[in-house]
Amino acid sequence: MSPSLDTAQQLHLRSLLEVGLPLHSQPFAVLGERIGATQQQVLEQVQDWQAQGLFRRFGLILKHRALGFRANAMLVLDIPDALVERVGEQLGQTAGINLCYQRPRRLPHWSYNLFCMVHGRERAQVEARIAAILAAHGLQDYPHRLLFSSKAYKQCGGRYAPQQPERACG
Amino acid sequence: MHLDDLSRRLIDRFQHGLPLCAEPYAAMARELDCSEAAVLDALALLQQADALSRVGPVFEHSRAGASTLVALAVPEERLEQVAAQVNQHPEVNHNYLREHRYNLWFVLTAPHRAQIDQVLAQIAAETGLAPLDLPMQRAYRIDLGFPLGDTP
Repeated sequence: MSPSLDTAQQLHLRSLLEVGLPLHSQPFAVLGERIGATQQQVLEQVQDWQAQGLFRRFGLILKHRALGFRANAMLVLDIPDALVERVGEQLGQTAGINLCYQRPRRLPHWSYNLFCMVHGRERAQVEARIAAILAAHGLQDYPHRLLFSSKAYKQCGGRYAPQQPERACG
Repeated sequence: MHLDDLSRRLIDRFQHGLPLCAEPYAAMARELDCSEAAVLDALALLQQADALSRVGPVFEHSRAGASTLVALAVPEERLEQVAAQVNQHPEVNHNYLREHRYNLWFVLTAPHRAQIDQVLAQIAAETGLAPLDLPMQRAYRIDLGFPLGDTP
């Protein structure tokens, strides 16, 4: 049976989920009250979305800086187009790499097409780990840069659903 | 922050998924052999310490809407001002200062690509800087969780 929420309720629910579940014994009942639906309707909708693959994961979403992961590097590489898929798959399976995305070059300003995120406690540790990864895959001679983050101006989840007033993020 | 044993186990066990049932915190408590109140207290403390962003979904970009990674090359003396201008847009998240000529990096998310284009144009007009628009073409690894192994 398909969920019984109408389109407006679905959009409202998505915007509330982007902010997060309330820390309440029955969080889906609380969300139901907000959108004019029952706990059961909300749960069925969320389970339906989960089954459809709308969520990458549904769990605790942490802020790595507060947990001591202060050395956060974006490794960018300029890999020839003919090789980028193979290299991306190699790096994507490497322990210690949290994200690995292919993105377009923007010449002449930006020539890197493969982006990886590496988080660690100490800068030197992250640099050493990345050097070892590049050497292990024979990538050290391709142009690459390490862009450490030195400050977070904003860290929150994506806001895909249309705007709702309660969805500010600092 | 210092993590107590329960917080550490909550993070390790439930970063990637939690029971989607009527009383998820009680279900989590049963798995960790503690009380629901202890789970709720631990999560509230993590949130107060700004270590927990939220409990909820990370949306699949391609299913949920449009997103892109944006970089700006901001003159050092204008950084705070430009970061604040950028942050005013609700489509902006994960805005970081990074060590490069392109020094301000943020993610834009919106229901549709047209809205991303609009925000990019607004940011260009507000800041007088040309944004690099770097949408994901292919994901080779997307897992955003990470192990607490070497956490202090």
